[in-house]
Amino acid sequence: MLIKLTGGKIYDPANGVDGEIRDIFIEDGRIVSPSPDAKIAHEYPVHGRVVMAGGIDPHSHIGGGKVTIARTLMPEDHIGHEMAATDITRPATGRAIPSTLDAGYRYAEMGYTAAFEPAMLPSNARQTHLEMGDTPIIDKGGFVMLGSDDYFLRQLAGKADFSAIKDYIAWTMHAAQALAVKVVNPGGISAFKFNQRKLDLDEKHTFYGVTPRDIILTLARGMKELGVIHPIHIHGCNLGVPGGVETTLATINGAEGLPIHLTHIQFHSYGTEGDMKFSSGAARVAEAVNTNKNISIDIGQVMFGQTCTISGDSMRQFVTTRSADPKKWVVMDIECDAGCGVIPFKYRDKSFVNALQWAIGLELFLLVNDPWRIFLTTDHPNGGPFTCYPHLIRLLMDKTFRQEMMQTINQDALKYSTLGTLDREYTLYEIAIMTRAGPARSLGLVDRGHLGVGACADITVYDDNPDREAMFAKPELLFKNGELIVRNGKIVKVVTGATHVARPSFDRSIERSLKSYFDDFNTVRMENFRLSDDEIINNGRGSLIIQPTRARVA
Amino acid sequence: MESEKSRSGANHHENVACPFCGMACDDLDIGPSSNGSLKVLKNGCAKASAGFERALIEPSPQVDGMDVSLDEAVAAAAELIRESRLPVFGGLGTDVDGMRAIMTLAERSGGVVDHALSGDAYRNLRVYQSSGYLTTSLTEARNRADLFIIAGCDINKIHPRFFERIVSPERSMFSESPPKRTVIFLGKGLDQSAAKGERVGDVLTLPCDVNRIGEILDAMRAMDKEATISGNDIGGLPRAAVEDLLARCKAATYGVMVWVPSSFDFPNADLTVQAINAFIKDLNSSQRFAGLSLGGSEGSTSVNAVCTWQSGFPLRVSFASGKADYDPSRYDAGRMIAAKETDLLIWLASYTEALNPPDTDVPTIVLGTPHLSLKRKPKVYIPVGTPGVDHAGTIVRVDSVVSLPLRKLRESKLPPAADVIASIEAAL
Repeated sequence: MLIKLTGGKIYDPANGVDGEIRDIFIEDGRIVSPSPDAKIAHEYPVHGRVVMAGGIDPHSHIGGGKVTIARTLMPEDHIGHEMAATDITRPATGRAIPSTLDAGYRYAEMGYTAAFEPAMLPSNARQTHLEMGDTPIIDKGGFVMLGSDDYFLRQLAGKADFSAIKDYIAWTMHAAQALAVKVVNPGGISAFKFNQRKLDLDEKHTFYGVTPRDIILTLARGMKELGVIHPIHIHGCNLGVPGGVETTLATINGAEGLPIHLTHIQFHSYGTEGDMKFSSGAARVAEAVNTNKNISIDIGQVMFGQTCTISGDSMRQFVTTRSADPKKWVVMDIECDAGCGVIPFKYRDKSFVNALQWAIGLELFLLVNDPWRIFLTTDHPNGGPFTCYPHLIRLLMDKTFRQEMMQTINQDALKYSTLGTLDREYTLYEIAIMTRAGPARSLGLVDRGHLGVGACADITVYDDNPDREAMFAKPELLFKNGELIVRNGKIVKVVTGATHVARPSFDRSIERSLKSYFDDFNTVRMENFRLSDDEIINNGRGSLIIQPTRARVA
Repeated sequence: MESEKSRSGANHHENVACPFCGMACDDLDIGPSSNGSLKVLKNGCAKASAGFERALIEPSPQVDGMDVSLDEAVAAAAELIRESRLPVFGGLGTDVDGMRAIMTLAERSGGVVDHALSGDAYRNLRVYQSSGYLTTSLTEARNRADLFIIAGCDINKIHPRFFERIVSPERSMFSESPPKRTVIFLGKGLDQSAAKGERVGDVLTLPCDVNRIGEILDAMRAMDKEATISGNDIGGLPRAAVEDLLARCKAATYGVMVWVPSSFDFPNADLTVQAINAFIKDLNSSQRFAGLSLGGSEGSTSVNAVCTWQSGFPLRVSFASGKADYDPSRYDAGRMIAAKETDLLIWLASYTEALNPPDTDVPTIVLGTPHLSLKRKPKVYIPVGTPGVDHAGTIVRVDSVVSLPLRKLRESKLPPAADVIASIEAAL
């Protein structure tokens, strides 16, 4: 069945198309170039509308044990946000830590067709996939966490052969059914279990004797040589620490030219100037990002209001427990593998610190030149829920609106930020890069994030409303795999998205060493640690898309 | 699922995960027994044997005590659910897919979901939702702990392999010659027989009443803040014993306090869980120490997890209004049945014969293992298989971190509960 979207303004940066009026044809879930006499089965007139690929969120905590801990911890987050079932949707419960069903529905209603869980613990991967499996409509995938797990750290400490380290990284990606690899407070989650309370970039882990710098470089080189498209996804040392900007700059400068992705960099861009010893380091970070083409970032923008922070970074989260609001929290040490910290938090616009965090995020957005290397995130739900994206897009696209908002926040905070001097307004083309084409390219999703022939027909159609918040909050149409899912911001059909994975090659003989390691130390057998394809496919409940990797080097 | 290896003959299964307690040990070897049933060959325990080695019986579904076909039983169940004004889905001894099916059926029928053991779980959840936790998981405790405090629970009866696997494993990640662990039993009359082995050092007993553990921990917390605690009796223990306990906690490199909420069977037991967690959290300002709550049998951890991620709330949710309505007091299935606030109970119990439905005249549909002993004839009875024995599945372990694949180990006519529930939903 051939479908035609007629007369839309196409924003397709992957193919260099910037607002041109073009028709788009869909057949069998793909964008096609039909013969001129092909019969159109259904036509959608979208004249004057803005057409983009479906949105892709490259960093959003949508599934896994820590998200469900947060849901358990915070029933008050959900009360009053329960939605009844409709003929096609199930009951869903929203707000900062939505139910899995709500997350899928709200992403779709916002024009998004994929979201990636960035902190999938190897030991918790099965549950993460179960939860993502219960997240309807959108595609998903997980970044598996390494860098505080005992096996990797003992490889590093024991100066293991680099190819064995790569085998372990690749084995873990297969076992956890991951698309990419993330490191969180490199070595720090483990160090916290040994009662270290901070771990700077060049500070040694007391037990393994390795530094975060060693860990980052090993994983960065490992990912590159394994041919995984997304570079190592780094939640750096010293999250939220005033002065953390120095660590971030040292991390960028120390990357030795290797591709690295620095996530929620806003939380890592704090200086120590001024009376409050808390200031913006955004200008310095942005300059370093602009200069070093091997760096990509996402922001982790802070939005005002109640949220609940969810992180694998148990070391830093334990410190944050002092600011828990409401005053309750969960911190866990997990399986000699990783950890987590779940802490409710309220960002207040009249608070000096919170207002400055907000300003720092916006500064970073406005000062980083290349939209292909910066992605729009709130680190959902850590800076705020993903449902804030339309508001955030308006802040970036509408200087007048931004300045109005600046009037409403703590004014002292603005003295320690350059935000007031920044005139930049993002264009629709740049937004399309930052929310679609860029994440797709960075994550190696070959047929997503663009509207060229052959692409998966994940397409969003927006009214070209000058109020960009209203525009992005409620797309007129959303197609997933060529099927109409959302009309005028409401779901009209529910489908099941796929799970994206990447499978770099590795030497199977590593399982001999892993088998005895698991038998000796773990409470799970290696054979059960691995997730099979069938568990995700589960008689058609889900499906897998294996994204390509480059050839492995050595 | 992982293909089954056949090493020492047909139907010999290795690395089998056991669903018969919350620890979900996954290192069992299981083979056929002479009577055509299953036998635990390696790494078993009393609970595993009791569960896996039950004879295979495949009774017929029944409606009003009369044998019927599965289709007829499903149709009768659907009819009852359709007619019900407020069905309660209780028991809920099932796995992830079973609970997924229950959720959609409860949503469609405007029912209430609650696990038979939620009352125990809420001793923890009330604390979770008011002040929170600092906890650890099984592999972490196994390798890292140098002090185990067993707080008021007969852990050896609840998890027969806890000491073998967690307290006294041969090896540790962090030392070739790992130090011995101190084990302290806090509470009267606890079975200490399993606290032995290479890795176990001092074993101490502090025989207080279980309902005074909270008092003792609160006192220790205060003492640690250098507050004055008067008297020579603290929670029924000599002051010196409590001071020694605090000193041992303070000296630990990584202490682990173990409790099981079902063992705190006294009024306001959540305050004891609160005291445990407040003590642990405070210790962590200068050292490392963690809690480890165990129990979680009859699939309760899995079922609560699925309810939480799908509905946004832990168990005790009603869908009567079409929305998820959360109220841990009001939607207590036991209370609702006793108060006759429901007109239909759907009882699911697919693991052990201990999870019998309540003795009630509320019309009941039982989806259960054939080993249940039913005091009253249910309106509809549909025998179902056990996840990890009769069909594949997934179980979430008691620490809420690890989940494990469950395997089909034998051929049986007993259907997975998820399939039966889906058929009922289709027939609504």
